[in-house]
Amino acid sequence: MNNDNMNIDKINSFQKQQNKEEMKKQIITFVLMIAFTVVAFAVVASGLEAIYAVPLILILAVVQVGFQFYYFMHMKDEGHEVPSSLIFGGIWVAVLTILTMTTIIWW
Amino acid sequence: MSIAATQNRGFGATLWDYLTTVDHKKIGNMYIAAGAFFFLIGGLEALIIRIQLIKPENDFITAGLYNEMITMHGTTMIFFAATPILIGFMNAIMPLQIGARDVAFPFLNALGFWLFLFGGILLNLSWIFGGAPDAGWTSYAPLSLQSPGHGVDFYVMGLQLSGAGTLMGGINFIVTIVTMRAPGMTYMRMPLFSWTTFVTSILILFAFPALTVGLFLLMFDRMFGSAFFDVALGGNAIIWQHLFWIFGHPEVYILILPAFGIFSEIIPAFSKKRLFGYTSMVFATFLIAFLGFMVWAHHMFTVGLGPVANAIFAVATMAIAVPTGIKIFNWLATMWGGSITINSAMLWALAFIPSFTIGGMTGVMLGAASADYQYHDTYFVVAHFHYVIVGGVVFGIFAATHYWYPKLFGRILNEGMGKLAFWLFFIGFHLTFFIQHFLGLMGMPRRYWVFLEGQGLDTGNLISTLGAFLMGLGTIVVLINVIYTAVKGEKAPADPWDARTLEWSIPSPPPEYNFKKLPLVRGLDPLWIEKTEGKGKMTAAEPAVDIHMPNGSIFPFIMTIGFFIASLGFIFQVDNHLWLLAVYFGMALALGTMLARSLKDDHGHHIHKEELEREAD
Ligand code: HEM
Ligand SMILES: [Cu+2]
Repeated sequence: MNNDNMNIDKINSFQKQQNKEEMKKQIITFVLMIAFTVVAFAVVASGLEAIYAVPLILILAVVQVGFQFYYFMHMKDEGHEVPSSLIFGGIWVAVLTILTMTTIIWW
Repeated sequence: MSIAATQNRGFGATLWDYLTTVDHKKIGNMYIAAGAFFFLIGGLEALIIRIQLIKPENDFITAGLYNEMITMHGTTMIFFAATPILIGFMNAIMPLQIGARDVAFPFLNALGFWLFLFGGILLNLSWIFGGAPDAGWTSYAPLSLQSPGHGVDFYVMGLQLSGAGTLMGGINFIVTIVTMRAPGMTYMRMPLFSWTTFVTSILILFAFPALTVGLFLLMFDRMFGSAFFDVALGGNAIIWQHLFWIFGHPEVYILILPAFGIFSEIIPAFSKKRLFGYTSMVFATFLIAFLGFMVWAHHMFTVGLGPVANAIFAVATMAIAVPTGIKIFNWLATMWGGSITINSAMLWALAFIPSFTIGGMTGVMLGAASADYQYHDTYFVVAHFHYVIVGGVVFGIFAATHYWYPKLFGRILNEGMGKLAFWLFFIGFHLTFFIQHFLGLMGMPRRYWVFLEGQGLDTGNLISTLGAFLMGLGTIVVLINVIYTAVKGEKAPADPWDARTLEWSIPSPPPEYNFKKLPLVRGLDPLWIEKTEGKGKMTAAEPAVDIHMPNGSIFPFIMTIGFFIASLGFIFQVDNHLWLLAVYFGMALALGTMLARSLKDDHGHHIHKEELEREAD
């Protein structure tokens, strides 16, 4: 991330190891995300009943969003406590709102 | 820019300076000045309402105009007076308190100010373009859908503009506090006013989008023939109420939390004691913000949500009284055993505690859902929210004005006039609103144009109107004080109150870069620590360096003009499609300016350290 413009020679073996790990994780999550997307399409294509298909797709979506935030946007790294607590705060408010709306208006 | 060069300049140059400024202190001052102007307009509207109610069956103004008055009074006071004045103080003071040279997004800051100002101007233009909005500051559908003319359209567009500005302000403050604190200024060393600015900004970030969505739906319903709130076409009018209050209840905390912060600065400073229970104060602030999002339906108890929903929201509502109570006791404990100075700022703070507590207690009464069937939409509610908003927020604004005026403008407000204004306003306030509790309990409905003779309402209303005039007098004295101080006021030293926080360690008014060298913060109340255990002034955390400053820009102003023109176009295209041209032109202007801003590289400028050294202070 922040060693882009560091001289390659200067990166010590520890750093190298770290970067390799990081890269592996990135690729795994990337493959997983593509897989999830394929599964989501497959679920629809297979003609599964909506009552099963919709929750399944929603779950896949939530997991994908998690990967997106934590791996691609580095929320798992240190120094992201404030953004993540703000994001969770926002999710909390939104969930609360939707929950109340659905239960007391449309139920 | 040297200090000598900022003096004796022409009017044109000064105007240009303010139109293009990105300096958080100037923007803060403009927020305060514009907010004060709207406060006067809102106050005038209040007096007109009270004159209409001075005696039974009065015919001072017509029923239609009366509805416009109450709507404009509420909308102006909440959105264009109280909120912006507080944002002004946050802008001007918070960066000084955390030891920052600027805010994180100076350009956005300027844009936020102009959007607010032109939103307010747009709203008030409705008076001359065929009538002001008249569906109440809550603008409930279906009333707001059926209101004829363009009044409610002005409400929608005016609030949409200023709401966007407020949202930008909130984001800016959050990023500033997270990223720009001085060395050593950990979160738990931040002054309470900075803390409440932070939490308020989070509330803004989460609450304003609900208003934005609601306003968009209302806009589509009124201008483009949709039917979100139109029951006849399958819409649902209750959704507006939910959206409005999901925003609206947090909004009342957006107003009161900064006021809590202000008092938490003033009370320790004039008690010569550290704030009692600092950690619990921070905790209580968060708890209030958290609970504040779960109580909105207490404004809708009588809508028919059902007993389960009402019970849940009633319990959540009453829970807010707990963190609020923690704060009250902490302020009292701060004063306990302190060496107290009673000046104007402190008088407002002292008066706030009992006044606000009364408002909190009536709040808990209203929060009891079954009892609220009796109170709802009566003058009891009017009394409640004026006790919290005037007794809390407005007292806070007056206190902050006395406390920080020297820092902002380099002069000290006159104490004699300050005390006179306080007593006039304080007595007037309680005369006006205390009696309204009883008017409400006797059955006088809210938003009432005339009342009949012989129902026991005459005396109460007369007293209430007289009180309102006393408050008006008090406000005039404040105005005279400000003008008098500008002409002959006593010059303020850097630290006129022997206070505790960082803003008092720099000159009054501060130079444009605030801190010549960033200070090293060694604990809570950093200046006080240095006074008692150190050299009496802040130690620098860095050697003299060149200071990077953002360049001024006219773009925020031009963008705002673009959105303003587009808003007018949206309002009038209902009558004549040619007005769509204004929409296109305005949007093109605004978006084009955004594009220009994005493509243009502007790296700001540096104030060199040699220049800083020459500017002896
Ligand atoms: C202990 C804290 C509080 C409680 C329990 C509380 C409770 C309530 C309830 C239940 C209502 C609705 C009454 C009705 O319409 O029937 C209400 C109205 C209101 N409250 Fe509070 N409140 C509290 C604090 C505050 C604060 C701090 C503010 C503002 C700074 C505030 C501003 C308002 C406003 C503006 C309304 C009227 C809204 C309208 O209908 O136009 N309240 N409050
Ligand atoms: Cu509320």
